[in-house]
Amino acid sequence: MLKNMHSHNGLQLFLGLIIGIIFGFLLQKGGVTTYDVIIGQLLFTDFTVLKVMLSAVIMGMILVHILCSMGLATLHPKPGSLGATVIGGLIFGVGFGVLGYCPGTIAGAVGQGWLDVLVGGLIGIVAGSGIFAHFYPRLNSGLLQKGDFGEMTFPQFFKVNPWVVVVPAVIILILFLYWLERMGL
Amino acid sequence: MEWLFAERWSPYAVGIGIGVLSCFAFLLSDKPIGCSTAFARTSGMLERIFGGRKVSEQPYYKLFPPVIDWEWMFVLGIFIGAFISAKLSGQFKLLWVPDMWSQAFGNTPVARVITAFAGGILVGLGSRWAGGCTSGHGISGALQLAISSWLAVVCFFVGGIITAFIIY
Repeated sequence: MLKNMHSHNGLQLFLGLIIGIIFGFLLQKGGVTTYDVIIGQLLFTDFTVLKVMLSAVIMGMILVHILCSMGLATLHPKPGSLGATVIGGLIFGVGFGVLGYCPGTIAGAVGQGWLDVLVGGLIGIVAGSGIFAHFYPRLNSGLLQKGDFGEMTFPQFFKVNPWVVVVPAVIILILFLYWLERMGL
Repeated sequence: MEWLFAERWSPYAVGIGIGVLSCFAFLLSDKPIGCSTAFARTSGMLERIFGGRKVSEQPYYKLFPPVIDWEWMFVLGIFIGAFISAKLSGQFKLLWVPDMWSQAFGNTPVARVITAFAGGILVGLGSRWAGGCTSGHGISGALQLAISSWLAVVCFFVGGIITAFIIY
């Protein structure tokens, strides 16, 4: 039944929209569709972004691995390489600091009424993606392949059952959040 | 139902909600939550309008055809969801310049818009270069324990933190 659902295009577009609406609602309620909150995180004055992200990762990590163990879901880890992930990640990071949003939170910021990102940031992201598409053939035959490590997860890397990594990772992340609260951050 | 009208929820409640939601995305749609390919597809759609047929021949748009897909609808949904949430709490306002920006650099929209555009270009370029953004790598990839995603998130924040400290 799930396989049928996954291949039903119209239903999937509808599900994408519904899941997006809930996601946008949550982002706005969390305050992360606001420039000051995101820049506050990068300046270490407001830890909302980290708290939202890490609790999402903890909860999602447990649930998705339960689904996988039951055979109800498959993982889709993204491939990576030093040339793609590190250089791309740093370019993204600089943009993140300048714009004050990422591609998800910017859509939420526009929904909340921010015109600077509607007129400036949103068009910038589309243009930046187009620039990448234009240079992709040249980048892909060089820099993007440097230090390639493929679609590897930590459990695959250590050649262990996923739960051997999930359980300690969850404990470490919870302890880190607990420590943040203890520090009054 | 008062919580629906609240201005802010606990970041942990929001995070747990996003975690549960991403589990539903895997179950119902076989998709990790992500945003940045939607912008690449949009860029292809716009190029097709202005540039004619050549777009479908570009290798990158063969990988990510300029069509409306799950992720595109997802990003449209984010816009709608944030609008509903902001309306319910009375936070919806048409504004040009964020508070922190206006305290440091004054409240002329032009400077902020140009900066946002420049930052946007780097965000678009970088997210496609790294193969994902704060949601695709930062949440979905991290929860799958993907090595690429944990490395990407560290780079996102290293770049972002250095830049924010230079600006402020």
